[in-house]
Amino acid sequence: MTPTSASVDHSRRRDLIEASLKRRHARERRFRRLGLGAVILGMGLVAILFASILMRGVPAFWQATFTLDVHFDPEVIRVEAKPERGPGESEADFRERHLAWQGQVGMVNWQQLLDRALMAELGEVEARQARDLRALIASGERFALRDRFIEDPDLLGQTRSLKLLASANVDVWLKGNIDRSLPDHQQQLSAQTRAWADALHDRGVITNAFSTALFLNPDSRSSLASAGLAGAFMGSLFMMLVVILLAVPLGVASAIYLEEFAPRNRLTDLIEININNLAAVPSIVFGLLGAAIFIGYLGLPLSAPLVGGLVLTLMTLPTIIIATRAALRSIPGSIRQAALGIGASRVQTVFHHVLPLALPGILTGSILGVAQALGETAPLLLIGMNAFVANVPGTPLEQSTALPVQIYLWQGNELRNFFEARTSAAIIVLLGLMLSLNALAIWLRKRFETRW
Amino acid sequence: MNRIIKTTAIAAAVMGSVSVAQARETIQIAGSSTVLPFASIVAEEFGNSMAQFSTPVVGSGGSGGGLRQFCQGVGENTIDIANSSRAIRNGELENCQANGVNEVLEVMFGYDGIVFASRADRGAFALTPGHVFAAAARQVTVDGEVVDNPYTRWSEIDAELPDQEIVLVIPASNHGTREVFEEKVLDPGCDSLGMDGDACHSLRGDGRIIEIAGDYTETLARLDAQADAVGVFGLSFYDQNRDRLQVATVDGVTPSLETIGSGEYPVSRPLFFYVKGEHLDVIPGLAEYTEFFLNEMVSGYGSPLEDAGLIPLDDDERAEALAQFQARTLVTGE
Repeated sequence: MTPTSASVDHSRRRDLIEASLKRRHARERRFRRLGLGAVILGMGLVAILFASILMRGVPAFWQATFTLDVHFDPEVIRVEAKPERGPGESEADFRERHLAWQGQVGMVNWQQLLDRALMAELGEVEARQARDLRALIASGERFALRDRFIEDPDLLGQTRSLKLLASANVDVWLKGNIDRSLPDHQQQLSAQTRAWADALHDRGVITNAFSTALFLNPDSRSSLASAGLAGAFMGSLFMMLVVILLAVPLGVASAIYLEEFAPRNRLTDLIEININNLAAVPSIVFGLLGAAIFIGYLGLPLSAPLVGGLVLTLMTLPTIIIATRAALRSIPGSIRQAALGIGASRVQTVFHHVLPLALPGILTGSILGVAQALGETAPLLLIGMNAFVANVPGTPLEQSTALPVQIYLWQGNELRNFFEARTSAAIIVLLGLMLSLNALAIWLRKRFETRW
Repeated sequence: MNRIIKTTAIAAAVMGSVSVAQARETIQIAGSSTVLPFASIVAEEFGNSMAQFSTPVVGSGGSGGGLRQFCQGVGENTIDIANSSRAIRNGELENCQANGVNEVLEVMFGYDGIVFASRADRGAFALTPGHVFAAAARQVTVDGEVVDNPYTRWSEIDAELPDQEIVLVIPASNHGTREVFEEKVLDPGCDSLGMDGDACHSLRGDGRIIEIAGDYTETLARLDAQADAVGVFGLSFYDQNRDRLQVATVDGVTPSLETIGSGEYPVSRPLFFYVKGEHLDVIPGLAEYTEFFLNEMVSGYGSPLEDAGLIPLDDDERAEALAQFQARTLVTGE
C-alpha cells in the first residue's frame, strides 16, 4: 500500500461519510418533524374536543330563572300549625304527627300560588290558557315552594321574592337552542307561552342566572330544568371513599410484601404475571364479576355506591400495586443496606426508610388509579348504577348513580335541545374533578420528591 | 405504621358492615326504555307526594333485560317491578317460576305509538306497511316472483315516495318495540305482498337496515349521520324533538295522541309493568306505587304522563287495571 493510495482511500472515505452525513441529518430532521407533527395533531384534536365541550357546556351553567313575588296565601294554604313536640311525647309519635302534617302540606295546591304570581306579572289569564301558563315555570318548583314552607311555616300570609327555575323548554327557547324561526307545529312551546317568555325576559322577570340547581339538585325527569348533579356527585364521592379505603391500603400492602419481603420463586412470579394481566383486563369484566359476586352471591343491594366502590377497587388494585412496586424499586439499594447495616430490622427498614422515600411515587400512582376509577362507567352499568335516582344518597348503601353514568343518562334523554348542553356541562364538571386530582398528584410528587 | 393499621381497621369495618343486610326501603324498577321516562316521572311524583316512602329507583335495560332481572328470584337484591313495552312471554314466565317468582302481577297503564320519522329537512314520507316491508325484507315479491330485495331507493318501491336511499334504523331485538314493529308493520306488509312464514321477519343484510340496541337518542344520532335515513321512534320521543324530525303517516294517518288513542293509527301497543307479588308485603310502598301510577291524576288525561307523550287508558280500562291489581290477579300465561 503506497501513501498516495492511502490518501485517495482516505478522501474517498470522507466523501462517503459526508454523503451519508447529509442523509443522516435529513433523516433526523424528518423524524423530528414527524414527531412534532404528531404532537401538534394530538394537541389540536384535544383542543377541538375541549373547545366543543366548553362551547356547548358553559352556557348550561346559566339557566333561565324567574324572580317572582310569591304570596303565601292563607286562603290557599289551609293547614294546621306545624306540630311541636309536646312534653312526654315519644319520638315515634311525634314523627307520625309530623308526617301527617307534611301530608297535609303536600295536598296544598302549590301550583296555584305559582300561577297567581305569574298572573300578577302578566295580567289576568283566561282559563283555556292555563296550560300555556304552566309551561313557563319548571314543574318541580311547586315542591320547592312546599319544602320552603315546611322549613319555615311562618311564611304563611307573607310575600317573598323568590328565584324560580323556568321550564326546560323556556330555557331552550330563550337561549336560542331551538330554531326560533320554525313554524308552530315544530316548536315545543305554544305561541302564547313563547310570547309570554319573551315579554317576561324583556322586562327582566326572567334572567339568565347562574344555575345552582345543576350542583344542588339530584336528577329529575318530571321537572327537567331542575335536573342536577348532586346525587351523582355524592354517589361518586362514596365510591371514591370505598376505593381509597380499600384499594390504597390493600394495594400498597401487597406491593410492599411482594417487593420487599416475598421470596423470589415460581409462585411470586405467577402472582406478578397475574397482576400485570389484571391491569389489562377490560373494566366491564370487573362489572360482570361484581354483579355475580357482590350482588348475586353476597346479596348486596343493587345500584349501591358500596358495590360500585368494591368493583372499582378490584379494577384499581393492580394499577396501585404496579405503581407502588415501581416506586419501591426506584429507591436505591444503598438506603436499605445502610439501614440494615446500623441494625434496623427489615420491617423498620421498609417503614422508616424506604416507604417515606417512595411515598411521592405511591401517592401519585394511587391518585391516578382513583382518578381512573372516578371516570369509569362500564362496570357500573352492570351493577344497576345506571338507574334513574331522584334522591341524594346519604349512605354508601343507598341507591345512586355516578358522575360518568349521569353523563351517559343525560346523553340519552329525549329532550335533546336541553340536555345536549346539560350533558356537556356535566362533562366539564367531571373533567374539572379529574384535572384537580391529577394536579394534586403532581403537587404531591413535587412536594415530597427526593433527588439523589 | 400506626396510620396504616388504623386505615386497615376502617377498611375492615366497612367490609364488616356489609354483612349486616339492611332491609331495602326503596322500590327498585328496571326494564323498557320506552317506559323509563313515564316510570321515572311517576317515581319522582310518588316520592314527592308521599313523604313516608322514598323515591323509587328506575333502571333501564330494555323490556327483555328488565324481565330477565325480574325473574332472577325473590329477595332484596332483586328488582320489584319490571317495565315492559310488550306482554311477558311464556318462556319468561317459566323462567320466573323456575327461580321461585310465582306471583307475577301485570299492570297495563297506557298506550304508546311507534312512528317512522325522518329528518325535517328531507322529503316527507307517506308510508304503508307494504312500503316498509318492501324496504326492509330480505326477499320480496316482484311481479309475482320471490326475489332478493332489489330496491335501493324509496322511489323504486312507490313513485310517490321521496327519491332517497333506503336506510331504515330500527330497534334491535332487546327492545319490546321490535316485536311491535314486526307484528304491526312487517306482518301486514308481508301479507300485502302475498308472502308469509319466516320470510316476513327475515331482514336484508346489506347494511340498509340498522339495528339499534341503545335508546332513541342513538337512532337520532344515526339520522344526523345519514341524512336519508328513516328511523323508528316512540311517539313521545318524536314529540320532544319535533324541531329536527318530521313524522311519516302510516296508511294516511298522522300519529298523534288522538289517532293512537282511537286506534286509527295502526302501529301502537299497550305498555305494562310487572309487579313481584312476593315483594308486596316486604318492600314498603310497592302497592301504593302501583295504585298511584294508575291514578287518573298521574296517568290520565291532562296528567304529567300525557304531557310526556303517554296515551292514557280510558276510564273502563283504568278501572279494570286497578281492580285486577287490587284482586292480586296473577299472570298465568296462555
